[in-house]
Amino acid sequence: MSDTTPKQIVIVGAGHGGGAVAATLRQYGFNGGITVFGTEPIPPYQRPPLSKAWLKGEADAASLALRPPAFYDKAAIALRLSTTVTAIDRVAKTVSTDAGETVAYDWLILATGARARRLPIPGMDLSGVLELRTAADADKLKAALGPGKKLAVVGGGYIGLEAAASALALGATATVIERESRVLARVASEALSAAYQVAHRKRGVTIELGAQVAALEGADGHVSGVRLGDGRLVPCDVALVGVGAVANLELARDAGIVCDQGIIVDLAARTSDPDVFAVGDCTWRPLPQYGRDFRLESVPNALEQARQAAGAICGRAPVAPEVPWFWSDQFDLKLQIVGLPFGATHTVLRGDPATESFAVFHLADDSTLRAVEAVNMADAFMAGRLLISKGAQLAADKICDMSMAMKDLAQP
Amino acid sequence: MPKVTFIEHNGTAHTVDAELGKSLMEAAVGNAVPGIDADCGGACACATCHVFVEPEWEAKTGARTEAESAMLNFAAEVKPNSRLSCQIPVTEALEGLVVRMPEGQH
Repeated sequence: MSDTTPKQIVIVGAGHGGGAVAATLRQYGFNGGITVFGTEPIPPYQRPPLSKAWLKGEADAASLALRPPAFYDKAAIALRLSTTVTAIDRVAKTVSTDAGETVAYDWLILATGARARRLPIPGMDLSGVLELRTAADADKLKAALGPGKKLAVVGGGYIGLEAAASALALGATATVIERESRVLARVASEALSAAYQVAHRKRGVTIELGAQVAALEGADGHVSGVRLGDGRLVPCDVALVGVGAVANLELARDAGIVCDQGIIVDLAARTSDPDVFAVGDCTWRPLPQYGRDFRLESVPNALEQARQAAGAICGRAPVAPEVPWFWSDQFDLKLQIVGLPFGATHTVLRGDPATESFAVFHLADDSTLRAVEAVNMADAFMAGRLLISKGAQLAADKICDMSMAMKDLAQP
Repeated sequence: MPKVTFIEHNGTAHTVDAELGKSLMEAAVGNAVPGIDADCGGACACATCHVFVEPEWEAKTGARTEAESAMLNFAAEVKPNSRLSCQIPVTEALEGLVVRMPEGQH
């Protein structure tokens, strides 16, 4: 290949990460070919609203789109939808698809995402047993909800709680069934879990804690209830199973790219093959602020890695790593989390959870701030983002002093 | 559809048609205006759609919300006329609006 031949980039996955990396490559001046393969039939769209604003009917389908349809033609990005990449040949530098094609790449970017974890229990194949990852999943859930309908949610994580809140807004009832002794057990502090249990119950959601699910039961092939381990039946018209996600790493692993719980990448989103990058939920990535690797499931993570990969390909200088952050909208509660509790040994509360405006600060032994969970307290979230990125220490008595503005607290 | 202009930090201007009822941020993203990142898609959760509203337009774009103010207080380069463009609804009154962008959103 001569130097004048345009370089070709193939992106596997047309979700938030895949769409963002294509757009960012153009923004950074990449002028070779870009082809994006996506298994779903629609162009890249935002998944977070599927359990929130979109499910409640506050956002239309067009507003989910990451970019308007005309953008891709204008930017000379070839979208190959409803097409699955089935194998990578890293020696020939090609991918093959289920349409029988073989497509050459100079750089390959894997944005294969994650899939919903399935429960090994009877009844998972009944109609009305849903998961929530894609717009098609969300269509089915929305169609099944409405006044008088009964939603059972298996799994008290963010997706389940958001869907329960949205179901109530649509006039349905919701029961959340959680195996652990608190909701959000894997992803939030005890104080936050407690506050969300109170908030949901106060607004009419039924929450079953410490509850095993034995089976999904149905009549005529359609789900009619969730059988708990203690024998009780939670009747429902639709059941949403949201018990976590696993990385779609098989394509990479089968091609000999090194994986852990995700595809292993560095801070340039590069895999063990220097010509192959990976972004988003499918990656196992370094967290430099925490001195460890981890898999993040979040839009900000996908966007940061999209910038890392596009920047590396376009020869840009690396930018400072961001502190991971997350958000969740349930009812009128805006939850913003920055950082991760790794290395934290104690928490300090700012504000009163009973007022539904408070924040939980996670600190290490030496008072270094590691994470902030903020509910309807945006300034605590923003201050936390700044302070964690600086590795700052915070005194507990200042954090809980509501007479002290967050802005002053954040001053060095 | 009102025409609105986004001016990048380097002075490059982008005049786009903004759809009524959508947000100013959506007008920027929909027209691939560089410099409006909008990571959270309009949830007022990230402060990466920060703009400066030209003074003569401040009355027509309305006032900041409380949550928006809290976010902006910690944004880089914040000024009295800073807004999050996801919190500005597009109305006919915004025909000819000009906003400027900070050097970066991250």
